[in-house]
Amino acid sequence: MYVLSAIVSLTLLGLFLGLLLGIAGKYLKVESSPIVDELESLLPGSQCGQCGFPGCRPAAEALAEGKAAATICPPGGSALAEQIAALLGMDLDLSDVKEPELLVARVSEATCTGCTRCFKVCPTDAIVGAPKQIHAVVADACIGCKKCIEVCPTECLQMHPVEVTLRNWRWTKPSPLFADSEVSNAVC
Amino acid sequence: MLSFLSKPRIRGGIHAEENKAATATQPIIYNFPLPEKLYIPLQQHVGKPAEPLIRVGDKVLKGQLLAYSQGMISAPVHAPSSGIILDVNDYPAPHPSALPIRMIVLETDGKDEWIPVQVPLDPFQLAPEDISLRVGAAGIVGMGGATFPTAVKLNMGRENHIDTLIINGAECEPYLSCDDRLMQERAEQIIDGVRLMLHGMESRDAINRFSTKAVVAIEDNKPQAYLAMQEAAKSYPLIKVIQIPTRYPMGWDRQLIRYVTGKEVPVGCRSSEIGVTIHNVGTAHAVHKAIRHGQPLVSRVITVSGGAVGRPMNVEVPLGTLISELFNFCQVNTEQTARIIMGGPMMGDSLPHTGLPTVKATSGILALTASELKSTDEQPCIRCASCVTVCPAGLRPLDMANNIRINQLDIAVDIGLKDCISCGCCSYICPSNIPLVQYFKYASGEVAARQQAQHKSEQTKRLIDTRNARMERIARQQLEEEQARIAAKKERERLKAEQEALA
Repeated sequence: MYVLSAIVSLTLLGLFLGLLLGIAGKYLKVESSPIVDELESLLPGSQCGQCGFPGCRPAAEALAEGKAAATICPPGGSALAEQIAALLGMDLDLSDVKEPELLVARVSEATCTGCTRCFKVCPTDAIVGAPKQIHAVVADACIGCKKCIEVCPTECLQMHPVEVTLRNWRWTKPSPLFADSEVSNAVC
Repeated sequence: MLSFLSKPRIRGGIHAEENKAATATQPIIYNFPLPEKLYIPLQQHVGKPAEPLIRVGDKVLKGQLLAYSQGMISAPVHAPSSGIILDVNDYPAPHPSALPIRMIVLETDGKDEWIPVQVPLDPFQLAPEDISLRVGAAGIVGMGGATFPTAVKLNMGRENHIDTLIINGAECEPYLSCDDRLMQERAEQIIDGVRLMLHGMESRDAINRFSTKAVVAIEDNKPQAYLAMQEAAKSYPLIKVIQIPTRYPMGWDRQLIRYVTGKEVPVGCRSSEIGVTIHNVGTAHAVHKAIRHGQPLVSRVITVSGGAVGRPMNVEVPLGTLISELFNFCQVNTEQTARIIMGGPMMGDSLPHTGLPTVKATSGILALTASELKSTDEQPCIRCASCVTVCPAGLRPLDMANNIRINQLDIAVDIGLKDCISCGCCSYICPSNIPLVQYFKYASGEVAARQQAQHKSEQTKRLIDTRNARMERIARQQLEEEQARIAAKKERERLKAEQEALA
């Protein structure tokens, strides 16, 4: 008998509290803008701060409010800018946007002391090494956030442009010759 | 007459000045002096570069394996002559950028001594798989310039049911005549290679057996090659030799397939999916040499021509010969040379200097004078739509170029940028001298770069997520260890207190 009453009372209590939680979840919900979530998922998520905002979430909020341009994220480049512009329905003029020069960190082996500070801050685990061993940067994984540069005590980490090889060599865009001559005529 | 009613079998195309007579009328030269040094790139094919298995200082014989193929789509590299390995390092590649790639440098000893080879008595007794294995081991790739490993193509032929094997003897590019001469002089060997390829593509099940036929397609500006090939193929009913109209780009595989079979290869499909496979005549010849004589691909016939060449010719050279040595032999006037081109003038690559080696894909080296080049005096587009008429892929080059000019690459892709084969017909015909192909090459590279960037950002997200997960796990472990330590300390204190109480 005691067992039955305990089961019934606990079941009722559970159902009641569950209902209460359900109602609270529906009416007291903190609104999170879905567009901000979507923008945040587009951004790299490395919290590098190159856009001038403290992280990717604040940058996404600024974008959603229209306080930032679609070309805000330097590591994302024009590909990301196009995606953002398509999502927000913005007009995008990429012609005067310079593609950011992609830089990657490189360790100067002469001055590296193996202090391990750089690989502890690397957000993508792009630096490999062990205490008192010379560290090395995996160029393919480096996103150029420069966090390692800030912590390096011997300034042995430097940013270098990505090496041009046959794999990433591209044809250049032809410069329209006649457009230039038209401009110069107009000036004259 | 009824052909007027049927669907046109050639789309677009141009008829450029051929300039083939200077080389096509002379026999192939075989006495090219052996260069002192050969520069052999490890990647002369589509796919993964070969992996070297020799050491610096090793003595090698002609035809010895220098680097083995890696992975499914790759090809090995063999020594083009006997000698000593001097270096394995980065040297400028035969590419418009002349950026370095890995090469083996071989110092020849002048003996040109072959490695002993074993040759099957009757290759038609071999299993078809064995033929493609031997073709793969000989490092044979598509000699027309696409450099796709031939063995992979033969395997695909066995897996899909192929009813037509087309042998591409179109050689539609102006100036080039190496395939023409090869067909005139070695027709029987080529036909033998074709028969070996047919054998190599035979599938095991009885229904598909012996049903594949071969069509050798030769442009009608090569009547002597046509006659020679027809004579050689006379006794083989499965091999048909046909003449096709002379119209660039007739040698483009899809154009040729459409003309020969009347079938259109759907966008994004391989030709083997509609039962057709296509090989170059040079490839057939290389297959003959590999199977009948056990010789890997170590040399090829190259057309050296152009206005600045004193002795234009077709010449057989070992792979890895520097262009400068070839030019010395052919007496090229360097002062008159305005542009050096590897391949044909329409699709070939312009090279910055002559210190670059010839590779398996090199069908020709041209030294053109300024008067042979097209004017670069660009004018505004007059919307004459000549480029639309000549485009063999059925695209609208002017619209694509306009969109690329204002960086609307997405629209350019939507209207068919990926179907552009960079054949150069549009640039050739454009009365305003707009560098259309350069726009398309730039845009294709840019689209590829954006895809890579997209891929990298996805990878970056994955790296960041795994790092965050690891950091959390470490923090949790530390917390647990700390708690365990505190608990252990308490336990020790309690025991101590109990013992004290007992005492």
